[in-house]
Amino acid sequence: MRIDCPMCGSRDRREYYYQGGAVMLARPAPDAGEAAWDDYLHLRENPAGETEELWQHDGGCGAWLVVTRDTVSHEISNVALAEDVKRAMRKAS
Amino acid sequence: MVELIQISPCAGLLPITLGSVTLDEQDVGRLTSLSPFGDASDLSAALEKAHGCTWPKPNRSTGKDGGRCIWFGRDEALLIGPAPDMGLAKHGAVVDQSDAWAVVSLAGPGAVDVLARLVPVDLRDAAFKRGHTVRTQVMHMNASITKLGTDHLMIMVFRSMAGTLVYDLKGAMAAVASRG
Repeated sequence: MRIDCPMCGSRDRREYYYQGGAVMLARPAPDAGEAAWDDYLHLRENPAGETEELWQHDGGCGAWLVVTRDTVSHEISNVALAEDVKRAMRKAS
Repeated sequence: MVELIQISPCAGLLPITLGSVTLDEQDVGRLTSLSPFGDASDLSAALEKAHGCTWPKPNRSTGKDGGRCIWFGRDEALLIGPAPDMGLAKHGAVVDQSDAWAVVSLAGPGAVDVLARLVPVDLRDAAFKRGHTVRTQVMHMNASITKLGTDHLMIMVFRSMAGTLVYDLKGAMAAVASRG
């Protein structure tokens, strides 16, 4: 398995660390309520299909990445810097 | 006062020559981590004025022996050689890391074949030219590898891993040499 790091280029999976679903980028407001926080901290989707995940290129440039991966075929359709994704989310809100 | 004796990270371990490849420690002078505050353009200008090398693009290095700047990760570069001009601190974080890294050179025909056994990146001349640099792994150690010329590479790992680096490279050198 190889991941196309936006900074370093195509690299072997061993250089990366897997964190989990990319939901961590969408932190609820402090007063969002118990349900929203419970969801954010504990509940995760488990789709058979396309999913967004956070990976860190810790054996390379050190950047956090949002990787769009199909859990059925393992095909990776998109890789973006988490920094850019978060910036776009801020701009949109 | 206690008299402290300075020893280099690979003291007593190097040099080693096996087959056509030689592994030796490099004394490169000062190592300084640079991280720009925001955009790197001001830092690049200050760097060029003081040390004659610009801010490197990802996977590239600038300058030459005695004043080299290598890309060292996201928004980070390493100035190798000179003591940093303190004017740089206006445009970015300047951190001395001289004692934190073990720096070795691997040179001779077949040096790339040795690293091919340990590093998951194509380091042959066709893909990795003089002045190119990568952050990657040597076995399980995070490393920085820079090509100084054909069959001549500079490898850096954390100082605490100097012994492991020499052990792993020695094993790979012996394996390549035994193939003749």
